[in-house]
Amino acid sequence: MTLSKTVLLAQTRRAFAIAGKDIRIYYLKGPVVIFGILFPAFLYFSFVVGRNMDADVMLPGLLGMVVFFTSTSISPAVTPMETASKTLERLMSCPVTPHTIILGDILASFIFGLLISIVPIIVSLAIGTSIQYPALLGAGIILAAFCFSAFGMILASVPTNKPSTVMLLTVMVKFPLLFISGIFIPLGELPSWGRIISRISPLTYFTDIARHCFQNQGYLPIYIDILALIAFTIAFVFIAMRLHLRTMPRRI
Amino acid sequence: METNYNPAIEVSQLTKNYGELLAVDHIDFRVETGAIFGFLGPNGAGKTTTVRMLTGVIRSDEGSAQIMGHSAGSLNAKQIAGVVPEMANAYLDLSGWNNLMLMAKLYGVSKDDAHKRANELLAKVELASRKGSLVQTYSKGMKQRLLLCMALISDPQILFLDEPTSGLDVQSARFIKNLLQDINARGKTIFLTTHDMDEANQLCSRVAIINKGKIVAIDTPEKLRMAISGKHSIEISFQYKVNTKDLEEIAGVTEVRLLGDKCRLYTPDPSDLAIRLVDYSKSKQMKIVSLNILAPSLEDAFVALTEGGKP
Repeated sequence: MTLSKTVLLAQTRRAFAIAGKDIRIYYLKGPVVIFGILFPAFLYFSFVVGRNMDADVMLPGLLGMVVFFTSTSISPAVTPMETASKTLERLMSCPVTPHTIILGDILASFIFGLLISIVPIIVSLAIGTSIQYPALLGAGIILAAFCFSAFGMILASVPTNKPSTVMLLTVMVKFPLLFISGIFIPLGELPSWGRIISRISPLTYFTDIARHCFQNQGYLPIYIDILALIAFTIAFVFIAMRLHLRTMPRRI
Repeated sequence: METNYNPAIEVSQLTKNYGELLAVDHIDFRVETGAIFGFLGPNGAGKTTTVRMLTGVIRSDEGSAQIMGHSAGSLNAKQIAGVVPEMANAYLDLSGWNNLMLMAKLYGVSKDDAHKRANELLAKVELASRKGSLVQTYSKGMKQRLLLCMALISDPQILFLDEPTSGLDVQSARFIKNLLQDINARGKTIFLTTHDMDEANQLCSRVAIINKGKIVAIDTPEKLRMAISGKHSIEISFQYKVNTKDLEEIAGVTEVRLLGDKCRLYTPDPSDLAIRLVDYSKSKQMKIVSLNILAPSLEDAFVALTEGGKP
């Protein structure tokens, strides 16, 4: 389907309207904020406390976890929740394409991920850690938040109206990724097989960007990290769109 | 018969399969611009599936549907239609006002127009005082009125309503029906699915009856009623309880149904049967409490057509 520029612009505006609705209904809730910030923070500190690590070593991992968890915290459950609350059919009968609905859900997660990522950055600045490449870090956060949000939408494509089913799947996918992405152990310190496996996780590349920005010592060249995140983002958006186009009518 | 108008909806050979189940089977119909068109059928007949295809929620497997000249499901077709889906809800965690503003944004209505229309609509459906309350605090009738406002916020040319009064109390249902008549009086086309034969009879200028995925009749409610031969009936109540088998043996009676303290006797010739019933009461030496001659109802037509009977 080819859309004219005017239609494309109108659909983009409507995607932002859907994102605004999502943020208002699903994201601005206490448990969501807790799951997005406190849970990754506690999980992270449970691994690093007592290991006598410097703040600039700890912060890239913490930032990676917060962006990853916030951007994938709710997006997988939005579509099942809309199905269960019988609001998806109303949305589908509006003059918006299925792509617009999915983009709106991704945007909500992206905006939320961006906003919450400010928290660990403020913490890092408050404890006197310097960010050596702030513009690069900003670009990395934007790219990663969008990438992880699209990843969350892939998980949301399971045609169920039970958010718990999707959240279980989400946990099963998200946690293994944490351990292979250089969050707790920098990539350079992983065994060779660990470094190979780490390449399949988009979180690896964002964490590496963060290490470049905080420690000036990433493992991979910056351009590889950026290109990999762009490639993952495109792939995730494409896959999410394809899967939702197939499963959305089956939800009704 | 159906050629001298510009159709608001034109459906040709529309078909939908769910695996082995043929939910909608090559249906054809047209809806005149400005009409209230009733789409009737028993549960599982294919009504909601048809509405979902017309409103672009699901795709048809075969056939086509045009909404005001636009292909059903296209953005243009959706843009000119307002929809009140059967099972759909407003967002319970948003206020009535915010639900309306969301719909306005999704239909590309400007902020000024949206505010003006929302205030007018909320006043009309008597929800203005509750517009700031979360929808989860609304009653079912209030939610249904809000859903109607959400469908009307874009000032659509055509309105699709799937069972709009289902489960509502009498006052709320009457309120919605009056509102639909007002909307139609302003030139809007209304496509309405319903189980309620009285509702269809009161509101619709034409009705289609769908059964097992096929359209079994399309006509005005009056013509459908009159087409039911042998479905005239007499409702009678006697002083004492009578044996229905005695009534079945009276000449001209085709069917007897016991309805509380009354009996309904179906016959092709009600005036002749009335005389026989008077004779019967005399022979049994009991008084007739009430006797009413009834023309066939739309419900009779519906039952005859959906139970495999012939009109």
